[in-house]
Amino acid sequence: MPQFRPEFLAKVDEAIAHYPAFKRSASLPLLHLWQEEFGYISNEGIHWIAEKLGLQPIQILELVTFYPMFRQKPFGKYHIKVCRTLSCALGGSSELHERFKKTLRVEGDPHGPIHSPDGKYTLEFVECLASCGTAPVCMINDDFHEKVDSQEKINALLAKCN
Amino acid sequence: MAVEEKRLIFKHIDQPGYTIDIDCYLRNGGYEIAKKALTLKQADIINEVKASGLRGRGGAGFGCGLKWSFIPPTNTKPVYLICNADESEPGTFKDRQIIYKDPHQLLEGMLISCYANRVSLAYIYIRGEFPDGAKILERAIEEAKKHNFLGKNILGSDYSLEIYVHRGAGAYICGEETGLIESLEGKRAYPRIKPPYFPAVLGLYQCPTIVNNVETLCHVKHIMAIGGAEYAKLGTPNNTGTRILCVSGDVNKPGYYEFEVGKITLGELIYDVCAGIRNGNQLKAIIPGGSSAKVLRADETFKIKQKQADGSMIEKSITINDIPMDFDTMAAAGSMAGSGGVIVMDHTRDMVEALANINEFYAHESCGQCTPCREGSLWMKKITTRMTHGGARKEDLGLLKNVADNIAGRTICAFGEACSWPTQSFIAKFPEEFENKTKTETLSEPIRTAA
Repeated sequence: MPQFRPEFLAKVDEAIAHYPAFKRSASLPLLHLWQEEFGYISNEGIHWIAEKLGLQPIQILELVTFYPMFRQKPFGKYHIKVCRTLSCALGGSSELHERFKKTLRVEGDPHGPIHSPDGKYTLEFVECLASCGTAPVCMINDDFHEKVDSQEKINALLAKCN
Repeated sequence: MAVEEKRLIFKHIDQPGYTIDIDCYLRNGGYEIAKKALTLKQADIINEVKASGLRGRGGAGFGCGLKWSFIPPTNTKPVYLICNADESEPGTFKDRQIIYKDPHQLLEGMLISCYANRVSLAYIYIRGEFPDGAKILERAIEEAKKHNFLGKNILGSDYSLEIYVHRGAGAYICGEETGLIESLEGKRAYPRIKPPYFPAVLGLYQCPTIVNNVETLCHVKHIMAIGGAEYAKLGTPNNTGTRILCVSGDVNKPGYYEFEVGKITLGELIYDVCAGIRNGNQLKAIIPGGSSAKVLRADETFKIKQKQADGSMIEKSITINDIPMDFDTMAAAGSMAGSGGVIVMDHTRDMVEALANINEFYAHESCGQCTPCREGSLWMKKITTRMTHGGARKEDLGLLKNVADNIAGRTICAFGEACSWPTQSFIAKFPEEFENKTKTETLSEPIRTAA
């Protein structure tokens, strides 16, 4: 088992307290907390969360495989999510995805996450990020960026990733 | 002459100096309407909302007061309220503005709605892609608790309410209210079958549950501010109040705008408000209510039945520019006002490419519970992908239509309709483009074997 920071454990208890009627409701919040803390949902994580909530591990695993945001493998330190859906596509999201690929010198199927060999970046096409009026948009980790329509803007965003 | 915006919900959005903290909200009259509402009888608030004619702003346009009244009068279980902040319908970006720029407005709307329905525990189900939005709401809840607008014995009354933020994790289907409830119960978001699982009867934890969209809950505040009858004077009959329209795609000024419902036409929205089609191009097609809505072709005419002042009905033929942005006319024009997300495409756009993009979305987002949708959405994607990659077969157009025709009406939730309407309408409106893609049978082996 990994070492747990007291802050992490406190957040877990707080999350469970939000669902007085049904502990199982804390499954998604706990998965989010685990992924934020450890980077991905390991087998250990699945078992730990299940035990914490009095569930079977399969009841947690089936969530990890259903919800697109949860991952079972480590991602890069910077997770770049480019919106792929229609309005962003009309605004040039394919070009944006291509530009990221060239700039990061990565290759791969646009239908899945593409990892840079040094583990620093993961580039992924995702579905609608709900900012269709400022297409094309992307997120780098939790930070959201609008109208990323030039190489200069990409360079500026990547310069902040250290 | 451009139609004037009527900003109720967006009154302070993007106003210089307006911040998200509670002090700013209070300086602008915040929570005053909730204070007043807490002195009223619950039934009186529900009656005001009914009188307002407010229709849900999430997509279906269902009467809000009616939805509330479905809670069985004999109910003894706790009642829950869930704010649906899972804004995921492509083309829609209105709730983002409210959550990120005026979170207390949502909390005030929720407080009034919860009080009216005797709810003491409510959740905001926010999409996972809004991590900052979740933090903003959590901070706003803390502030509201410090001022005793939330928590125990609100403002000295015997009414108590807790609101918690619950983050989704990237699944579109969580916007469907019963899928959302399953997700909030810690399960896969498989929508429930109705009947018996109408949320107002058997919702969260099998208790009566109200699920309302972010914008809808904000409207409740404005209804209580001016009264239901006064609110109903805004907009047009049966399509009352204001609503937020989000415009994206090939226009010069994409963005979010608030108008009285039905007081602006599609043409005024595109040409006056959004300054026309970009690059001097011609309008080709509009998806008027989020990506599930049926596409409208620029040169179509629509036969609309209109009620005259004397009550008689006349049938009128109108162009796309003349369609008023309301629920009923948009439905009469063969599409839907949906979530208010208007996606505009100009004459340079390839409609098969556009549909392929939409189909990829739905194939990715089908929850997989019902076979027609799980398999059909994937096959529609495969067929439109090979059409755009030069690997289509001659029979593909018929096949694509056949697949789409066999999804809608055969699934537990409305996702079946949402994923088949784009395909059905794109083929019906732009048959020549699809025929061109399938005219010549090319043997592109890798793609053929992939499908």
